[in-house]
Amino acid sequence: MSNLFDLAVTVNRVRYERAVEPHILLSDFLRHDIGLTGTHVGCEHGVCGACTVLFDGQPVRSCLLFAVQTHGHEVTTVEGLGTIDNLHPIQEAFHEAHGLQCGFCTPGILTTLVPFLEQNPNPSEAEIRAAISGNLCRCTGYQHIVDAVKLAAEKMRA
Amino acid sequence: MFKVMKTQSNPSLIGSRVPRSDARAKVCGTEKFIADYSLPGMLHVAVIRSPVPCGELRGSNRQYLETLPGVVATVFAEDIPGENCVPIVWRDMPALATGKAKYAGEPVGLIGAETAEAARRALAMAKLDIHPLQAVTDPEKARDNDALKVYGEDNVFSHLVIRRGNIEKAFAEAAAVVEGTYRTPYQEHAYLEPQGMLAIPEGDGSITVMGSMQCPFYVQSAVATVLGLPLAKVRVIQAATGGAFGGKEDVPSLVATQAALIAWKTGRPARLIYSREEDIISMSKRHPAVIHYRSAADSAGRLLAVEADYILDGGAYATLSPVVLWRSIVHSVGPYRCPNVKVDARAVATNRVPCGAFRGFGSPQILFAVECQMDQLAAKLGVEPAEIRRRNLLAVGDATATGQILKNSVGSLETLEKALAAAGVAPSKEAGEGRRAGRGMSTIFYGMGLGAGGVHLARTGATVQILQDGSAIFSVGTTEMGQGMRTVLGQIVAEELGIAFNCVHMTPTDTSRVPDSGPTVASRSTTMSGNALLRACAPLRETLLHVAAGILEAESANLVLTQGKVETRGTNPPRAVELQKVIDECFRRRECLASEGWYRTEGTTFDRATGQGDAYVAYAWATNIVDIEVDTETGVVEVMRIVAAHDVGRAVNLSGVEGQIEGGTVQGMGYALLEEILCQDGIIQNSEFGLYHIPTAEDAPKIEPIVVEKPFDGGPFGAKGFGEQPLMGIAPAIANAVADAIGIRFSELPITPERVLAALNSKTAI
Ligand code: FES
Ligand code: FES
Repeated sequence: MSNLFDLAVTVNRVRYERAVEPHILLSDFLRHDIGLTGTHVGCEHGVCGACTVLFDGQPVRSCLLFAVQTHGHEVTTVEGLGTIDNLHPIQEAFHEAHGLQCGFCTPGILTTLVPFLEQNPNPSEAEIRAAISGNLCRCTGYQHIVDAVKLAAEKMRA
Repeated sequence: MFKVMKTQSNPSLIGSRVPRSDARAKVCGTEKFIADYSLPGMLHVAVIRSPVPCGELRGSNRQYLETLPGVVATVFAEDIPGENCVPIVWRDMPALATGKAKYAGEPVGLIGAETAEAARRALAMAKLDIHPLQAVTDPEKARDNDALKVYGEDNVFSHLVIRRGNIEKAFAEAAAVVEGTYRTPYQEHAYLEPQGMLAIPEGDGSITVMGSMQCPFYVQSAVATVLGLPLAKVRVIQAATGGAFGGKEDVPSLVATQAALIAWKTGRPARLIYSREEDIISMSKRHPAVIHYRSAADSAGRLLAVEADYILDGGAYATLSPVVLWRSIVHSVGPYRCPNVKVDARAVATNRVPCGAFRGFGSPQILFAVECQMDQLAAKLGVEPAEIRRRNLLAVGDATATGQILKNSVGSLETLEKALAAAGVAPSKEAGEGRRAGRGMSTIFYGMGLGAGGVHLARTGATVQILQDGSAIFSVGTTEMGQGMRTVLGQIVAEELGIAFNCVHMTPTDTSRVPDSGPTVASRSTTMSGNALLRACAPLRETLLHVAAGILEAESANLVLTQGKVETRGTNPPRAVELQKVIDECFRRRECLASEGWYRTEGTTFDRATGQGDAYVAYAWATNIVDIEVDTETGVVEVMRIVAAHDVGRAVNLSGVEGQIEGGTVQGMGYALLEEILCQDGIIQNSEFGLYHIPTAEDAPKIEPIVVEKPFDGGPFGAKGFGEQPLMGIAPAIANAVADAIGIRFSELPITPERVLAALNSKTAI
């Protein structure tokens, strides 16, 4: 048994205090300790991007971070973007423009896009593809995702 | 909670772009995949696997494992209460290997532990006493006389033929003959969600299994077999499934037995989520193939004869190989008229991971050969690739290679002409410094549904219920795995009953709700479940119209059910009553507003001796045109653009159809250029996403989907199944484009930069 660490982290604007083992991954902490299962795990190797969350506003792979590294910081997961009856404009766009099929990659793509669209309100197609090139999607062929991002940018500019 | 707004109209729901009914939950992260379920007292399962492709099992350190912290139970073959068998097409695959392990990664034992970590730690300590034996790891040598026997007398699971006309005479008289040997690799499904199952002992002697799967009825049968339970005591519920593509057709049965055995042994819920690595080493793949193919044409460019002899590597157990092989031979001449055909196809056994279903199901391999051959015939005869296809494409009244006369819904030529028009003029071959451009095409077809090869499973059930507030629920036996079935079927029910789309809800697919409906494969869910739902809706419509007739004092034959109301037809002005009022009246009168539908396909035939028969009820058709550029310095093939025209009968959801085209096309591109499982001496070397590359958003080209609609009278609203087709013809179109660009023909996939560079340097393909 390793020593527990007293972790204090703000996730989706809620402060959590938990005693955790130092080697617990952020993805496991989010999913199992605080029940935010919207963050998906596809590879646990930092490759697929499904587990992407925002760490002080920047996209990170939660399968590559230990939970304790977020001590004193802010984490945002897909659950922090919008709710089912009050979608974030990016979520709204993915809903309207068929930006998903199985939806397993979707949370990681949405979180990746939040800072991207804030910094690039009017991105080109190439910029969009580059922005999500670290998020694998096996279902869509990406085209409807790209369309959804364009629509999201439009919505966020409005 | 999201409030259901009852909009009273469904203006032309069929053919619309209505958003997916699961999109809200999926963008919010609230959709529940199997790894998101956890129960009090739930155990975590780890699987002990054979490290060698072939070995004699002599024992394990299970007693020691059971003393480790957190470990609650282990299960090995000798503990299995029922039959040690995962039934698929045949019954040759055990749930846990006993006596001999036949492939590296084969499950041998199970560990159930209090936490996932304890299970992982115990797994790291697990030791098998296994004596390695010589293995058959090269499928091309599996049929050698001196090869060790993995299956039967000759390592052949299945041998299928087509015998039609007289090929000797045709080859002798031909104006052009082209011959080639084609090699296609494994393809990994790479669904983003790994396999996973949760088994829950119910305390009354029954068991519930939930998980990621395409085929709940297969899972039910496997769990019942292994636990020795009647089917009635095994309930299987599909959880949200994060991609499948065939990879969750047969193998989830194996995963389910693993969770179920630990649950049975301990009386506690048990969950098993595969790591990506164990998923890649042990789950099914697309069959590697080696294809010898010879075709002949006359001077007018008409295909005269085809001779093909090929093998698919089935791996260590038969699983789905016999039926994969069957689909493959039916597609072995492509969408062309050809009077003389001789095909011999074999699925062979090796000590490698069992191969199974993957989008296209044996057809992408053979179509790669067919379409590369067509371009070479065209070149030999001096006609354009499009022209040779135009001259040979099947049309209504023609016979396929299996002798089936096509009666309707043949959009082959239309996809060709529309794709050509959209593609326009081919780009110049000179694409700048160190770059050569090329264009390639393919025309293909897809036999929809299970066809004669799976006729015993070609049935589906559905139930529909209208609730008191005017909403409706429906259940089907096929599954949603991302392909959009739930949305399309919701559209069909909403359209039929005049109920708003967002008031129609599909319940999770559950073996206790609908009769065994066969598998969700073969692009069959829209058509099969759609037809079953139409049949389930029919008596409900009748009841609604009958009751409305009473309210409106009209004949029910003169009433129409549309857009939230029932209207008289032919009266001026029309009289109408709101659907909700009719439903209220039905409830007041205690009418039954629940109904079942059942659908089975009829009329397919197949003669095994000649390979002749009406193989499928209908076919989808497609033409792909691909523009590429080859970087002659690096060997990289960049796909610039793909025009993909598909005859789908009728698009129920236009965006959904486009999504299927785009997703399948990009998977086909991965198959052509990137994806390769490196298997050395029967052991997979690249078992992670960092080493098995699938296309990213930057690799994927611009895709221009074109939807052609030649309605099929046996499909709901004319729809045909086609979800697999987008993948099937991309690899040959890319190979043809590469040949166009640099004059080198690749007959082996994938066309990697290394292969291109090596070929450019030696000026011949390798
Ligand atoms: S799960 Fe973290 S990148 Fe794949
Ligand atoms: S929608 Fe399935 S992986 Fe992206």
